[in-house]
Amino acid sequence: MPKIVTDVGCPYCGASCDDLEILVSDDGKKILEVYNACAIGNEVFHHASSPDRLKRPRLRQPDGTYQEISYDEAVDYTAKVLLKAKKPLIYGFGSTNCEAMSAVGRVAEKSGAVLDNCASICHGPSFLAIFDNGYPSCTLGEVKNRADVVVFWGCNPMHAHPRHTSRYSIFPRGFFTEKGQRQRKMISIDPRETETAKLADIHLMVQQGHDYELFDAFRTVLRGHDIPDEVAGIRKEAILEAAGIMKNARFGMIFFGMGCTHTDGRNHNVDIAISLTRDLNTVAKYSIMAMRGHYNIAGPGQVWSWQFGFPYCIDLTKGTHAHMNPGETSSIDLAMRDEVDAFINIGTDAGAHFPIDAVKHLRKHPFITIDPNICMASEISDLHIPVAVVGVEEAGVVYRMDNVPIQFKKVVDPPEGVISDEQLFDRVYLRICELTETEPTWIPAKGHAKAPVTAGQ
Amino acid sequence: MTEKIVLNMITQRSIEEGVAMEKGKTTPEYFEACSVVEMNPEDMKALGIWRNTNVRVTSEVGSVIVKAIEPTQYCPPGLAHIRQGVWANQVVPPRTQSTGVPQYSGFPVTIEPVPSEKRKGALELVQGAVGLWRGGK
Repeated sequence: MPKIVTDVGCPYCGASCDDLEILVSDDGKKILEVYNACAIGNEVFHHASSPDRLKRPRLRQPDGTYQEISYDEAVDYTAKVLLKAKKPLIYGFGSTNCEAMSAVGRVAEKSGAVLDNCASICHGPSFLAIFDNGYPSCTLGEVKNRADVVVFWGCNPMHAHPRHTSRYSIFPRGFFTEKGQRQRKMISIDPRETETAKLADIHLMVQQGHDYELFDAFRTVLRGHDIPDEVAGIRKEAILEAAGIMKNARFGMIFFGMGCTHTDGRNHNVDIAISLTRDLNTVAKYSIMAMRGHYNIAGPGQVWSWQFGFPYCIDLTKGTHAHMNPGETSSIDLAMRDEVDAFINIGTDAGAHFPIDAVKHLRKHPFITIDPNICMASEISDLHIPVAVVGVEEAGVVYRMDNVPIQFKKVVDPPEGVISDEQLFDRVYLRICELTETEPTWIPAKGHAKAPVTAGQ
Repeated sequence: MTEKIVLNMITQRSIEEGVAMEKGKTTPEYFEACSVVEMNPEDMKALGIWRNTNVRVTSEVGSVIVKAIEPTQYCPPGLAHIRQGVWANQVVPPRTQSTGVPQYSGFPVTIEPVPSEKRKGALELVQGAVGLWRGGK
């Protein structure tokens, strides 16, 4: 009898839905049906069961083709690349668990690498703004139960976080929002009339790249001053109407996305969004949240801030301290200045999602991809190491976009012999210790599974 | 009718791209979902093309051939959208304003019709850029 696994977490977007139900075959090996997921989540689970999954690492040969090698050989290769490089870059982590993010910390520190995650090309500017201006945020549960005005600024959850509006922000009925969507006013600010904008009560079609001016106009109006007849392509009356709705909220929520961080202004757009939230809190109760992209891209921010004091762009090459300075220690800038001499792509696809010039620079040096699937990065690598799919074949902790940790389940076994990201990094760490004739330092939490393997304790 | 048109380019997510990406970046679905530029019919008219015509999109860093389609989500005249992914990143400028984030949105591109030229596949573009493309499948 096929069995249903309930309360499964979805390893796709930052909404990190944890109410999926998966129908698994008799032998517990194949995924038959996926319930409750969006179209993308559905594809993630079905793709994991695909028969063309790779089961062994592949090493690029002199003739350009790939040849299968053992995990031991792949671990040895990776350890030697990291040790030989003066400034290796380990980048990715949007799609893996916190256990792997913690494990890579040991590898990066030991080998003197730069450690960076997808926030570097995504919500990195939001971090910069948050450092400067604070982050008056809340959980998605509070949004569901309290929010009666919801603003989506430069984000399109109907496409990027397909269940966000139905699970948290617009449609659900909550404790103080028992009428659901009917009780909520929704404002969308976007240069296109996106599906999210179509759903909204008010859509302000801001002139692309002029978000800062519009934020500023809202702040000016809320402080009782006059604004020009048109700001950032929006008529004054429309701004006044939206500002009126915003200030009459019982609990207002501002969600912001790549429309703010990918364009001119970057961190300044987020900075003024936070200032607007602060202004709104003088007349109403307001909160703000970054629409994080991957299901666990909030994870490295949490794990590495705890380990190294910084969420991303962490330069550990100095050997004495961690150093973070986006623009200098960020992946794209390092690549474009040709400052890194080895690259590990893990749990993301830099081959598809970096500007092509950055990819060309990185490919001049040893290039390793750690990913369950064939992707653009895997197809240009020197070494591709397949791993178990987190959330499908490997359990683990993930942080949702509101920084709430969720324990994700394992649904089926990985293909025979395929190891997890965490196991892989632990083996690379041990190999680096062997090669450098040093003792591994695990410092595991008391009772943690890693405690018994600690050498010399 | 003109030979070229300059538009403001943004590259962002779409659900078609998300579904196809999870199916696999070497699949025909990913090719169809991401090798397109969405532009307003007025801009197509100004360029003298029908929808579904191949165009060359050129930015300060490079160019790529994609198919011009009518917006699936309304795009005002003057704005163009290539869904994030391999084709978009052939033209995304890597300048970061010292924040680490490339200029994924809001950069000028020149668009010209090239009805007789073909779009390249994802592997051809990425492997080709690093000298690994061997042709064929």
